[in-house]
Amino acid sequence: MNFLTWGTDPWGQEVLIRISWDLLYVASALGILFVGAHAVWLAFFVKEEAQPIDEAALAGVPEKVARHSLASRVFHWVMAASMLALLLTGFLPVIGIQFPWVTIHWVAGVVLTLSVVYHTIHATFWLGLSAMLVGPKDISDATSRFKRSVGQDAPAPRKHGKYPLENRLYHHVITLTGGLVIVTGILMMFRIDTPLWARDPYIFTDPTWGMIYVVHGLSAVSLVTLVIAHVYFGIRPEKRWITWSMILGWIDRRHYVEHHDPEQWAARSEGSSGQR
Amino acid sequence: MAVIRDMMSAFELFQPANVEDAAALLREHGEQAWVMAGGLDSFDWFKDRVKRPSVVVDLGGIDALKGIESTADGLEIGAMTPLTDIVRHPDIRERYGLLQQAAELVASPQIRNQGTIGGNNSQDTRCWYYRDGWTCYRAGGNICYADTPTSMNREHAIFGADRCVAVNPSDTAPALIALDAQMVVQTAGGERVMDAADYFIGPSIDITRMTVLEPGDLLAAVRIPSTWAGATFYFEKVRDRQVWDFPLVNVATALRVSGSTIEDARVVVNGVAPYPMRLTAVEGALRGGSRDEATAERAGELAVRGARALRHNGYKIPLMRNLVKRSIRAEA
Repeated sequence: MNFLTWGTDPWGQEVLIRISWDLLYVASALGILFVGAHAVWLAFFVKEEAQPIDEAALAGVPEKVARHSLASRVFHWVMAASMLALLLTGFLPVIGIQFPWVTIHWVAGVVLTLSVVYHTIHATFWLGLSAMLVGPKDISDATSRFKRSVGQDAPAPRKHGKYPLENRLYHHVITLTGGLVIVTGILMMFRIDTPLWARDPYIFTDPTWGMIYVVHGLSAVSLVTLVIAHVYFGIRPEKRWITWSMILGWIDRRHYVEHHDPEQWAARSEGSSGQR
Repeated sequence: MAVIRDMMSAFELFQPANVEDAAALLREHGEQAWVMAGGLDSFDWFKDRVKRPSVVVDLGGIDALKGIESTADGLEIGAMTPLTDIVRHPDIRERYGLLQQAAELVASPQIRNQGTIGGNNSQDTRCWYYRDGWTCYRAGGNICYADTPTSMNREHAIFGADRCVAVNPSDTAPALIALDAQMVVQTAGGERVMDAADYFIGPSIDITRMTVLEPGDLLAAVRIPSTWAGATFYFEKVRDRQVWDFPLVNVATALRVSGSTIEDARVVVNGVAPYPMRLTAVEGALRGGSRDEATAERAGELAVRGARALRHNGYKIPLMRNLVKRSIRAEA
């Protein structure tokens, strides 16, 4: 198996071209392996720990707790659609399904870029970034949660804030890989004809272009693994209430009380003016 | 870089005697196998050591792929039929003169003796950057060396470029498309029959191939229906060297004319795009029009609409315009 693909330039020098497509198969296999391993882990090794629900607390919580604003949901699904379009148009030709993919690919890339720019502004100035931060307490909570899930003694962890730790970590990994794929993708658009700017493949040298293609490829195949994992969690029965919240915008009060800490995330009624 | 000439890399040579054995060999060796027809394109690649297949399947010994047969609705030409046989075939000369004219202008008599109709239609592009072995888009890389401010791109595309600007070099391909021919392809899944126009693909679909043929596939025959038999034909090829050369631009036109009215038309141009380009807009404009200077002029203008020249191939635009114009106004 190769990790990188090399070619020869007109001066007879070896130049880096891109990653080896073997890595696409490795990334897909890793994603599938993770899904399988996690499913087996949950089915056979994790000990169920019933979450106590304070019935009295239920009364003080709105029936529908707002979780994602319409703007956030629209961003999420636009990003998901563009990401899926990018992965399909980028990788189907690699596995032998040929079609005119370049235009669809760069247009989807532009949609993804614009949606991420929008999300960055929206999250920074309207939603606030604090809900996404990871602190030492999150790590000790996660450690306790893991120990208790396998039957070991550990202090009871806090309930989650608005976003569970794994969601926040996933978001940060996606931010990194997505950011890399977007930046390199924008640069790669200088290699093709688009209405956005004049084609100029000479803004970088061949070795630099090679590195750009490698970073783009590595990020893209990483996204294959990440998307497989994300879709898997999105459709798991015990996680579907979170997926539904990304469609409907709210979670019910029972899930809120069961999983979330009001200290970290105060419940607001769906449709209230404070919804974010 | 292609620096060593006339010294081919070693390969395992198979010379099957029938189509079934050839297909089995291609299936067995997949991407490692190189299908060789007349060898004129193949040996260039091998001797330049740019393509180094480990297995070569020579179709020269398969008699079933040779010959021209009359069918209920036209002709069936085996893919391994030499171009000379096509040029000399009485039925082709009499009823499908467009193909005879095109085949007669392929290269030289010696090459037409060895070259086949299948090979002429399945040959790779002549872009010299690609053929010199540089890792361009078509060779699996991520750059087109022919599309730079200093490139020598006089022979390259004015239409249909998508990252790669190479053109299809076949002379018989536009004639076959104009005659509504069909290509018979043997695949692992059985026989596929497709319009000749669909046999050729551009870089937007697959930047590494000129035709739909995938590893394991085999062009078996070309079927020409009688649709255009005896029509008014025009084929013209412009090349740098009149003795023998690939086309800079060629045009194949078939017209059904009644009196001075054009009832139907096929106009196909090659050498201007990565695939033979059927000019359907021109055909539509011709249909029902008079065969006169004004119609020819309009057809020429319409033909080059949307053309985009590279640094050194702007001459192809007036050349193509004039060839299309001449093909409409000329007397057969």
